[in-house]
Amino acid sequence: MARIAILNYIKRPSPVHELTGTTKLIFFIVWSVASMVTFDTRILLCMLAIGAVIFRISRIRIRDISVVLGLAAVFLLLNNIFIYLFTPEYGVELYESRTVLLAGVGRYTVTAQQLFYHLNVTLKVICVVPVALLFIACTDPSEFAASLARIGVSYRAGYAVSLALRYIPDVQREYTNISQAQQARGIELSGKDKFFTRLKNSVAILLPLVMSSLNRIETVSNAMELRGFGKEKKRTWYTQRSLKRNDWLTIGFAAVILVIDLIVTFWDGSRYYNPFL
Amino acid sequence: MKKLSVKSVVAIGIGAALFFVLGKVAIPSPVPNTNISLQYAVEAVFATLFGPIAGIVIGFIGHTLIDATSYGPWWSWIIASAFVGLVIGLVTMKMNVEEGIDSKKLIRFNVAHIIAHVLAWGLVAPVLDILIYAEPVEKLFAQGLMAAVSNIITTGVVGTLLLLGYAKTVVKKGSLEKED
Amino acid sequence: MAEPIISFKDYGFQYLAQASPTLYHINLDIYPGEKVLIAGASGSGKSTVGSCINGLIPYAYPGESTGSLLVGGKDPARESIFNLSQIVGTVLQDTDGQFIGLTVGEDIAFALENDCVPQDEMKETVQEVAKLVDIDHHLEYAPHELSGGQKQRVSLAGVMVEKVQALLFDEPLANLDPAAGRATIELIDRIQERTGAAVIIIEHRLEDVLWRRVDRIVLMDEGRIVADMQAKAFLSGRMLLEHGIREPLYLTALRYAGVPVTEAMEPQHVGSLRLSEAQKENVRGWYRASGGYTEEKKEKPVLLDVENLTFGYTPERTNLRDVSFSVREGDMVSIVGKNGAGKSTLAKLICGFEKPTAGRICLSGRDISGDTIKERAQRIGYVMQNPNQMISRPLIWEEVELALLSGNMSAEERKERVEETLKICGLYPFRKWPVSALSFGQKKRVTIAGILVQRPQMIILDEPTAGQDYHHYTEIMEFLKSLNAQGYTIVMITHDMHLMLEYTPRAIVFSEGELLADTTAAHVLNDPELVERANLKETSLYTLSMACGVDNPQEFTKRFIACEEAYRKREEG
Repeated sequence: MARIAILNYIKRPSPVHELTGTTKLIFFIVWSVASMVTFDTRILLCMLAIGAVIFRISRIRIRDISVVLGLAAVFLLLNNIFIYLFTPEYGVELYESRTVLLAGVGRYTVTAQQLFYHLNVTLKVICVVPVALLFIACTDPSEFAASLARIGVSYRAGYAVSLALRYIPDVQREYTNISQAQQARGIELSGKDKFFTRLKNSVAILLPLVMSSLNRIETVSNAMELRGFGKEKKRTWYTQRSLKRNDWLTIGFAAVILVIDLIVTFWDGSRYYNPFL
Repeated sequence: MKKLSVKSVVAIGIGAALFFVLGKVAIPSPVPNTNISLQYAVEAVFATLFGPIAGIVIGFIGHTLIDATSYGPWWSWIIASAFVGLVIGLVTMKMNVEEGIDSKKLIRFNVAHIIAHVLAWGLVAPVLDILIYAEPVEKLFAQGLMAAVSNIITTGVVGTLLLLGYAKTVVKKGSLEKED
Repeated sequence: MAEPIISFKDYGFQYLAQASPTLYHINLDIYPGEKVLIAGASGSGKSTVGSCINGLIPYAYPGESTGSLLVGGKDPARESIFNLSQIVGTVLQDTDGQFIGLTVGEDIAFALENDCVPQDEMKETVQEVAKLVDIDHHLEYAPHELSGGQKQRVSLAGVMVEKVQALLFDEPLANLDPAAGRATIELIDRIQERTGAAVIIIEHRLEDVLWRRVDRIVLMDEGRIVADMQAKAFLSGRMLLEHGIREPLYLTALRYAGVPVTEAMEPQHVGSLRLSEAQKENVRGWYRASGGYTEEKKEKPVLLDVENLTFGYTPERTNLRDVSFSVREGDMVSIVGKNGAGKSTLAKLICGFEKPTAGRICLSGRDISGDTIKERAQRIGYVMQNPNQMISRPLIWEEVELALLSGNMSAEERKERVEETLKICGLYPFRKWPVSALSFGQKKRVTIAGILVQRPQMIILDEPTAGQDYHHYTEIMEFLKSLNAQGYTIVMITHDMHLMLEYTPRAIVFSEGELLADTTAAHVLNDPELVERANLKETSLYTLSMACGVDNPQEFTKRFIACEEAYRKREEG
């Protein structure tokens, strides 16, 4: 079975890497919120541009993340096609005007408003992509839990994230081993079998995997108890770094963007920037 | 809020790791674009065994990790995934599967995930999508319906079989006799 | 004398979920600076004693206790598990389960983090302790970049940051290759010298633990302590065999040679063993007399032929380089070498789970490169190390039948085939049982039955006996031997040098992805250079034969094995 391609932490010296995990986490959350709230094309374009600049600074190369970008592209394309198939006139409703660019078949005409709506929805997703990717690629996973704890998440929940990251490779290896051994006994998940056969076959892999995961939970929680996890209300972190000047600047910058985003978006009482009226 | 026990913390971590790994191994299904999402079957089993809090957090962390490593987080569906764990955990609370399983418990498990999936994909996800992305209702409804049906079938078949397998494995040794 | 650090007085314990007690009348004192080995077969209660000492009982495993137990002068039932963890540090058997952090440094710091130790102090302690266990150059490493032995050192460091007064090791050798196991025993010894902590080792592999000094050996059987004495006194008795523990090989050899073992001979370690000239002559005499054992094997046709096999999981790294060897019909072969040498990768290539980048694999002269996993599985079966990773049906019958369901056999044929297979595997009386009612060894049989049902010509087993005590080990291996006698070709990947010596005439040795040697098992262990390069370990037989002036240690080992087999046969029938 092919190895699952996932994006990993890519260690390189860059100002983005130097920021603490906490800063990047805050920036990422603020950025997500800002892009979710607004439907203002100007803001979205600005965010996209800023994202591109940060990407340059991070020294992460396009080919490091080409797989992920490809996935994002496919996802966006499908999403857009679906929207168009279901509601080809949605933009017209939203922007309260209708400029037909191309008369198509039946209800499937192409209007400027519809295209503009597609542009905005796509931008909303795209402008988060570089920041999300950078968050993953430039943040040492070891810093995740400590960062979550610093922004107020309970350290127990934070540590669960850390454990998930710790055991993903182990679970993945186990999944591969089990499914290979079961394939040798004629159990296939892909291929020509019927849907329900495949569902049933998947149990032959999942049951051993789940049972062994339950065992693992037992061992790991014993090991954690034996080393005092949960003893105090707080805990310190080996990997936590204190915030430096650049961190505060970045957080400040994020705050400014969020404020501008809110002001520009809701200034005229509507979430949508409407060039057609 | 009650503190999470160490065991719950670990169950969440490993549950989320499972959710992630299964979510990344897409198993193609006959209907295009509705992959069999095995991760929901496992989330359902973990929510039943470890409770609603574990259910929520497994869904949240697991789905966020999947999205963040593929195309950036799609928050509405992440929250829906967490919601699935919450509802299943609540409905199956104190069911004590480790003490054995009967048809009543299996029905409760299935009712739990049907409610959870219908609400999550038919209501939570689309409403959030409308709020965040202002996507058209028709598209979201169709998408949600497909997801709900596909996930209900997956969780119903795979989740039920996993739970049965689990209950049979943990049951103590009985007075079994050899047959010649 | 000082106060004991751990003191059991007429202690008994019964798990909540169990019908009868697991421990009865335990009386045991362990003093600061002592090194105690707790031995016993599976189910003897030795692990339960460990859980009582570190506080998992009653904290994680509730139950009822009688008598008294003091750890560091405190009653564990009234202390929190956290306070206990500052007195006793535990290194668990499962090094992956104990490695919680994302990197070595974090994992060592884990206990300090929970103690809210400030970061600079924490870094200092981590550095210090890491140095002590010699892992300080790997602080940034992730667990999957480390070997089993290194992970274990991290676990040890992780409990030592607490300045504990006692260290508890739960089967520390179970998952390690021979050389790494030896390194662990040496490390434990060094750590104890430095820190003066009491050391408790729970382990049934006596010969390996005795590589370094042990003060006392406590033997357990059926929940009771049956012996608690100095190592030399203990080893001069004959308690081990009676309680299902394997005797160190050098002692068995002396017994065969008719040399009675006494305390004065310092029998606790093969290096310390003092033999008189007469006794040495006895050993040589036995060696000469037991000669005449020759291998009579007709050359059967080649079954599996591996030619110039090369493979890498990633383009940058080669995991197997230009490997060639062949296996004949009816062979029983060991594949040995250190962790990560490419042994499991080789098995995966043969089974078709992975595709080689170069080279080919032939079965009975036919190139099988184009065959699918399923097609290969009809002729080559693969059994994973942990039966729990293979078993996916609740009932034995269903589990064994599974592989037949995807073919086009009639129900009648399937029934016949399953019944026949269950009979071969001695599982027929259990056919209607749920798998969960079986012991580990029986489960292993079920997984092997699940493979045999496809009637392969060859079976590859990954670590068939890992973590098993002598009784289960013998059960599994004798079963495999009987399969071999019925004509099945058997290939085993193993770390167990006893297994290789006793059951497989031939061994294939790997190191760093290359085939180092393909020779007799006895030869492998008597070639110091090979032993060193492949992370193996010579057995005490080699040392003993050298000490006695036997001219050919390799032949000595062979004769010993032959003799042992004869004894076993006599016992059986």
